Amino acid sequence: MSDALTLKNVSYSYHTMQGETYALYDISLNVPKGSFISIVGPSGCGKSTLLSIIAGIISPDTGSILINGKSVKESGSSIGYMLQHDHLFEWRSIYGNVLLGLEIQRKKDENGKQRAEKLLDQYGLGDFKASKPSQLSGGMRQRAALIRTLALDPEILLLDEPFSALDYQTRLTVCDDIFSIIKKEHKTAILVTHDLSEAISVGDTVYVLTKRPGKIAASIPVEFPDKNMTPLMRRNSPQFKDYFNILWKELNKND
Amino acid sequence: MTEICSAGQLKYINRIKRNKRIVFIARIMVFVLLIGSWELGAQLGFLNSFIFSSPSRIVRCFIDMSKSGLIWRHMWVTIYETLICFAIVICAGMLFAVLRWRFRMVFRIAEPYIVLLNSLPKSALAPVLIVWLGNNIKSIIVAAVSVAVFGAILSIYTAFIETDPEKIKLIRTLGGDRRHVLFKLVIPSSIPTIVNTMKVNLGLSLVGVIIGEFLAAKEGLGYLIIYGSQVFKMDWVLLSIVILCILSAVLYKLINILEKKVGR
Repeated sequence: MSDALTLKNVSYSYHTMQGETYALYDISLNVPKGSFISIVGPSGCGKSTLLSIIAGIISPDTGSILINGKSVKESGSSIGYMLQHDHLFEWRSIYGNVLLGLEIQRKKDENGKQRAEKLLDQYGLGDFKASKPSQLSGGMRQRAALIRTLALDPEILLLDEPFSALDYQTRLTVCDDIFSIIKKEHKTAILVTHDLSEAISVGDTVYVLTKRPGKIAASIPVEFPDKNMTPLMRRNSPQFKDYFNILWKELNKND
Repeated sequence: MTEICSAGQLKYINRIKRNKRIVFIARIMVFVLLIGSWELGAQLGFLNSFIFSSPSRIVRCFIDMSKSGLIWRHMWVTIYETLICFAIVICAGMLFAVLRWRFRMVFRIAEPYIVLLNSLPKSALAPVLIVWLGNNIKSIIVAAVSVAVFGAILSIYTAFIETDPEKIKLIRTLGGDRRHVLFKLVIPSSIPTIVNTMKVNLGLSLVGVIIGEFLAAKEGLGYLIIYGSQVFKMDWVLLSIVILCILSAVLYKLINILEKKVGR
């Protein structure tokens, strides 16, 4: 399988008047097309920074990022980014929010609108097109945020702790929900989280990052008997606990 | 709303309604009492109506002056100047806030000067303006604008820079640049503050215009007040003040209506 995304020796540090903070050090990884990668690490290990670098919002000090074997500029913007909070704009309807990305990229033509509407219908928000974000539940809002990202038809999806603002029960169902949407749309995805269970429940491979500066301490392939298991089903399978223990040890080794 | 209410709910609703009624009636009574005792005091000679005027004299004065059309002209001039000033303040406030947001470096250089101008008592500028611009409407407008505009820039800009950085990141992740951040996020999210600023500035524009008219005018309510006090026509002065009260109430109401329209 070809790689959707390749990172080669990426390093990054923050500068303030108080000094320099090394956020990431020599990160290299490959993400095969259609796979789901999780990255876990303690807070402040540069997880979000890594996603911002992949998304091209900030550029790394050293190293390179290849999408489908080409540099980010050459391959065109085909990366979707889902943030911790939905950040739906209250002054726009749900439909208006979903169109935001299309408006910005000047793709708000009939094609784009149709795709957005289809996605809304398909994922249960068809009746809420005209609603204000505040009228939706936390889970539905997160789904709307995902559709806003998917409306641009990205090849790779970056998820930055997208469930952490939800309460536990909602979190599990929304995770299932979002996971199945991503699989149905055949997207490559990278999830960043500090929640071990979440990382195992969605990832094909789990990368463990160390504390600052973030380095890859381990990459652990996760295999469950059935490829089509949902995150919730994975949590209930006997292998889950084993993976949890392996990762737990890895994380604590680096303390 | 349910049709069937429990006795407790009914009692609660009645109490709220009664309180509302009491407040409303009390407000009217305060008004009647004030005007009544003013009029009575003037009629019975406790108050010298030459100096303090009286409600009936103000009404008579209003009727006389509206027949000759004089009061309407003064009123119109003040409203006209206020609206021009208000429009300039809002446009300039928006424009400078946007420029300041866009070119931070330039405005960091200019900052101490803006702060200085903002805290300077603007009425001190008025005589200078009269000399520079002449004894005319230009001086009044510039004086009035200078009263309000710095505060407007400051509050709109503050709303701009308080935009959630995570939301800015969202626009960036969707491929947007600074222009998108400004038009899709910063301005729409600042609308409530902008409307609030408009509220404050409509009042300030009126204040500025009256100050301007005190100093450099041949018509307008501010002129009428100064002229009236100089020739001891206190009826004119007090009538102008009453009209100003009504005027500012009406303007405030208009902005409130606008606010409701904008606030969905």
